[in-house]
Amino acid sequence: MTTTDWPLWEVFVRSRRGLSHTHAGSLHAPDAELALRNARDLYTRRGEGVSIWVVPAAAITASSPDEKDPFFEPAADKPYRHPTFYEIPEGVKHL
Amino acid sequence: MATAAAQRTAGTQPDGDGVPDTADTADTAAYQRAFDAAVAADERVEPRDWMPDAYRATLVRQIAQHAHSEIIGMQPEANWITRAPSLRRKAILMAKVQDEAGHGLYLYSAAETLGTGRDELLDKLHSGRQKYSSIFNYPTLTWADVGAIGWLVDGAAITNQVPLCRCSYGPYARAMVRICKEESFHQRQGYESLLALSKGTPEQHAMAQDAVDRWWWPSLMMFGPPDDESQHSAQSMEWKIKRHSNDELRQRFVDICVPQAESLGLTLPDPDLRWNEERGHYDFGVIDWTEFRDVLKGNGPCNEQRITQRRRAHDEGAWVREAAAAYAAKHTGTAGAAGHKTHETGAARA
Repeated sequence: MTTTDWPLWEVFVRSRRGLSHTHAGSLHAPDAELALRNARDLYTRRGEGVSIWVVPAAAITASSPDEKDPFFEPAADKPYRHPTFYEIPEGVKHL
Repeated sequence: MATAAAQRTAGTQPDGDGVPDTADTADTAAYQRAFDAAVAADERVEPRDWMPDAYRATLVRQIAQHAHSEIIGMQPEANWITRAPSLRRKAILMAKVQDEAGHGLYLYSAAETLGTGRDELLDKLHSGRQKYSSIFNYPTLTWADVGAIGWLVDGAAITNQVPLCRCSYGPYARAMVRICKEESFHQRQGYESLLALSKGTPEQHAMAQDAVDRWWWPSLMMFGPPDDESQHSAQSMEWKIKRHSNDELRQRFVDICVPQAESLGLTLPDPDLRWNEERGHYDFGVIDWTEFRDVLKGNGPCNEQRITQRRRAHDEGAWVREAAAAYAAKHTGTAGAAGHKTHETGAARA
């Protein structure tokens, strides 16, 4: 037998304290503990991280590219949510 | 929500009813236009975006070949780990060989985002249906070869790979960013090691020169056939998978290497190598493409040995993979249960 059905894990690495975990890549591993060890060997060989999360890829729910436009559309027509929307007279400070 | 699998088949059956019809053709044309526009605007294509089947196939072929090259490339260098001349060199070489395994894994992950499983890719490597870089079919005859590989082979790889960091396919580009950062150490350790030999005893100097003499031409071949004979180049450049032509990158590499060789106190084995004031580049001799094609066909010095070793490592490691899977099933029940599917988006195929 040469094939194994090891699940896929997504790896998130916190590069240093004060920053959030960022997606680093993925790997296959039979269980969470080995996923974590493999992630350490694969993604932090040069001190790139102080903390790692591994998440079964199948546990992530993602928005679909099909829905991209309508899904994010509500944000597109609300420029008044941005500070640059507002006109402020010149010379007014700290605003 | 469309699953990744549904999205993947959209290329041929956009409305998902499995029956090609007029609406599908119109959808495909619209998808194609969106894809072309994204590539033209230098946006990245991500795993679940619609993409032309040929684009996907080209990427799988290229990324797989690249991944295979990384893991086959562990062999010629690992050959010297037990005989490294000092503990320092041994530790460096082990770290480098480990990096190559890591690079292979980054790339297999990137290939998997295109819907091709790792087992399938390894099967194709083992059965010779997918290739790896022909450079690794040359033997490492002396310790100096480890230095020459670092300087020349990794140097050529970096020249090839830096532009790939801007490749149109997101996961491949991201893998390349990581790889390029690490390759820099590979090249510098090789250069340093060759320099030590070059400045050493006459015998050590001769050994370094001999290694450079043997690795120089195969390194130039790593950039692939000349532009007018490269069958995939034009389309890959249009898709922005490739950013520079083979000959352009080869010239860049030669221009970089000549002064580096001078600093090493070593010569490059090419009597036609000279500065061309008019072109602003070094002219160099004619590459023996017959040798290149012959090695590619499987007749290089080590083709058989490399694949045999790879198959053996895979087969002999089977019990470890099985034991780990059995352990996981017994203790957590997660193996398999956690699902096995698509990348980056994490969306499981229903």
